[in-house]
Amino acid sequence: MALDLTTDIKITWCAGCPNSQILVAFRQAVEEFVSAGSIEIHNIVAGAGVGCHGKISDYLEINTFNSLHGRIVPSLTGIKLANPKLTVVGFSGDGDSFSEGFSHITHAARSNSDISIFLHNNQVFALTTGQATATSPKGFKGGTMPEGSINEPINPALIMLAMGATFIARTFASDIKRTKEIMKEAMLHKGFAFVEIIQPCITFFDTREYYKERVYWLDEKHKKGNLDCAFKVARMKTADKVPCGIIYQTFKPTFEELV
Amino acid sequence: MTDSNTTSNGIKTIAIGGAAGDGAREAGINFSELLNELGYKTFSSFDYPSLIRGGHNFARISYSIEPVYADYKELDVLVAVNAESVLVHQHSLKEGARVFVEEAYLSEVKDLGIDLIPLPMKKIAEELKAPQVARTSSAFGAYGYTLGIPLNQLKMLADKVYANVGSEMNVALVEKGYNHVKKLGVPQDVCDIPTEHGEIGEVMDGNKAIAKGFLAAGLEAYVGYPMTPSTSTLQFLAKMAKKTGLKVVHPEDEIAVLNMALGMSYAGKRTAVGTANGGFALMQETFSLAGVSEIPIAIMVAMRMGPATGVATHTSQGDLQFILHAGHGEFPRLVIAPGDVEECFECAADALNLAWKYQLPAVILSDKHLSESYKSVTLDTKSKGPDFGKRAVPVGSHYVRYKITEDGISPLAFPGKANVVVKATSYEHNEEGEAVEDKADVQTMQDKRFRKLNGLYQDFAWFPTVKTYGDEWSDVVIVFWGSTKGAMLEARKQLKSPAKLVQVLWMEPFDADRIKAELSGARVIIDVEANHTAQLAALIREKTSIEIHNKVLKYDAQPFTPTQLAEEINKFI
Repeated sequence: MALDLTTDIKITWCAGCPNSQILVAFRQAVEEFVSAGSIEIHNIVAGAGVGCHGKISDYLEINTFNSLHGRIVPSLTGIKLANPKLTVVGFSGDGDSFSEGFSHITHAARSNSDISIFLHNNQVFALTTGQATATSPKGFKGGTMPEGSINEPINPALIMLAMGATFIARTFASDIKRTKEIMKEAMLHKGFAFVEIIQPCITFFDTREYYKERVYWLDEKHKKGNLDCAFKVARMKTADKVPCGIIYQTFKPTFEELV
Repeated sequence: MTDSNTTSNGIKTIAIGGAAGDGAREAGINFSELLNELGYKTFSSFDYPSLIRGGHNFARISYSIEPVYADYKELDVLVAVNAESVLVHQHSLKEGARVFVEEAYLSEVKDLGIDLIPLPMKKIAEELKAPQVARTSSAFGAYGYTLGIPLNQLKMLADKVYANVGSEMNVALVEKGYNHVKKLGVPQDVCDIPTEHGEIGEVMDGNKAIAKGFLAAGLEAYVGYPMTPSTSTLQFLAKMAKKTGLKVVHPEDEIAVLNMALGMSYAGKRTAVGTANGGFALMQETFSLAGVSEIPIAIMVAMRMGPATGVATHTSQGDLQFILHAGHGEFPRLVIAPGDVEECFECAADALNLAWKYQLPAVILSDKHLSESYKSVTLDTKSKGPDFGKRAVPVGSHYVRYKITEDGISPLAFPGKANVVVKATSYEHNEEGEAVEDKADVQTMQDKRFRKLNGLYQDFAWFPTVKTYGDEWSDVVIVFWGSTKGAMLEARKQLKSPAKLVQVLWMEPFDADRIKAELSGARVIIDVEANHTAQLAALIREKTSIEIHNKVLKYDAQPFTPTQLAEEINKFI
């Protein structure tokens, strides 16, 4: 019997929203793991916070934990700690983990909790119809800051590097194949895996063209095991180029092993 | 001097005072354990400011051959490690009270007109090269001498009491203190040490009893963030984690605490959290998540005096209504308030079991005076075991997490089980656990959740929702809850007329019929609470329409003391 990961719930993302590409990439990743026999479907748990990204849990016929806004990360750590044989992934957003839940994602990275976080970074609060998040560019005009955001944006990959995450990647939602591959790498990684998925919001902050011009993929010349190289690449997001791929990977004991 | 006749019921009280860091608290536990080993029943409380060095700390122990439920203010013995301890407690000394004072400070207090027994605690510790924090061990010896205990027996007892901290040095200090007062010719009491007594129990505080209650009900994981007065539960469980496989986590903040705990429960581990009222305030949104997602969780909330940081190390019963209304939205919950150390054990076990039976958040509500006061207890640990609730997942059928059932309880499965998909969510949801907004779906799922209360109403018959004491026939009825129980049971001995005492333990769901039955026909009803707004009286009025006019309220961050409470109640009867 073919694996059917869909539910009866109608998808309510905007037509053409890159969230659907992320959903497809994840379903493919799961299907490939299951058909290869490397992960059993019932041993996967997918968490989500609240925001447009969080709708994903209703569209997946697997174990899910749809948490509050900003609070998915500690619940995922709890799930992994309670049952280490589970593969635990979490979908989150820039508002969901870098505005509201910032302390949780940083501490989970610091403690190397063996979970994967897929950050849908659209640089805007979309479900509340367009306000600046912690990753919105300075000057972004949203409903709560009509004269433009006065803050510099947070660079998620840089924060994750500084906090000690052991797997850090960046991908572009429209490249479903590469996103799927990176998701798989993250899920196989033993330790805290952080994947920033650039997910332009086609309704409130359409950055599709901006990123299409700037995204490039790291090749084998990038030394992903080297922290200095990783910092250099992570920082480049503010420049003209946006490097994607696995930025950093290392290994150390996980939180769940040490507790 | 206090008239010793006011507490002439065979109860004696000893206080040990000093600056923070002088070890008054540890000495209090050691003295309690000594008395407990001798066959006395003890109750001890600890008063300390929120600082690490300086300030005035004291431990106060009341003991008797009969059970003691609260410590008395009036002292038979004072051990003063500094001069301030004498100044603070001089007006609480009974006629003929023994006051052991650190010899180094004798000159500062010698003109107060109090008989003092100088004890060179500091010097003795120096002579034996013992750390100064252990200096009260010589007072332990001095006190043991005055009790009339032979030196060899006292040394044996000290060996047992100090076993955890290295007894050799402490036993040497005990012997020095003993011989010092012997040489001074301090008179010994006519020995009234119990020769016949029941089982010698353990000296335990409420926080440890709560931990033991959770463990008895099959606790597998505990999550907490330090906050007075809840911290010692976390530390006690953390200490045993390695040996037992219990998962104990101290994450970044209280919000993470409850979210992490819900993750563990969702994945099938019987989990509890502990916090103080302020920490629980941070958990509100997640408490509501536990309600809607029906993830079982037991939560210990230990109250201290608020609002905000309040009086951080002192007691209050100011959060009953907060807990009853905690979390946004409407969902069933369980709130149980134990009144003594034994009840802490029983109620914590019940809270964890019922959280799992009904898949809801269950709060066990304590306070500083209950959580951190020690009592001689023998816990009936065999009386409580794990109750796993409705776990069976129908075989062959499509599993849905939130199945609509007659009793409101849906079969509970965990991720990791083949052919089962477990979807938990913060959104209102359908049986599958997918978000819904349809009005019929929204109403149906709420009705399902609230039907679980019917089961809890049936459980009223099996659990101590309300307890009564004293003169059950009396038309004078006194209602109270939580740690106030201790002072109330002691104050009863000093009431000028008979009275029935009614303790409310289950706050939600509320056993309204039972309360109505206990209060109806009363000529005088008196409400006793350690808060400003009479929150139990408000609850009783809400649930039974009975208005209580006579209130004894205390909100100075100190627990009731028996004599003072009796005086207040006597004004109404």
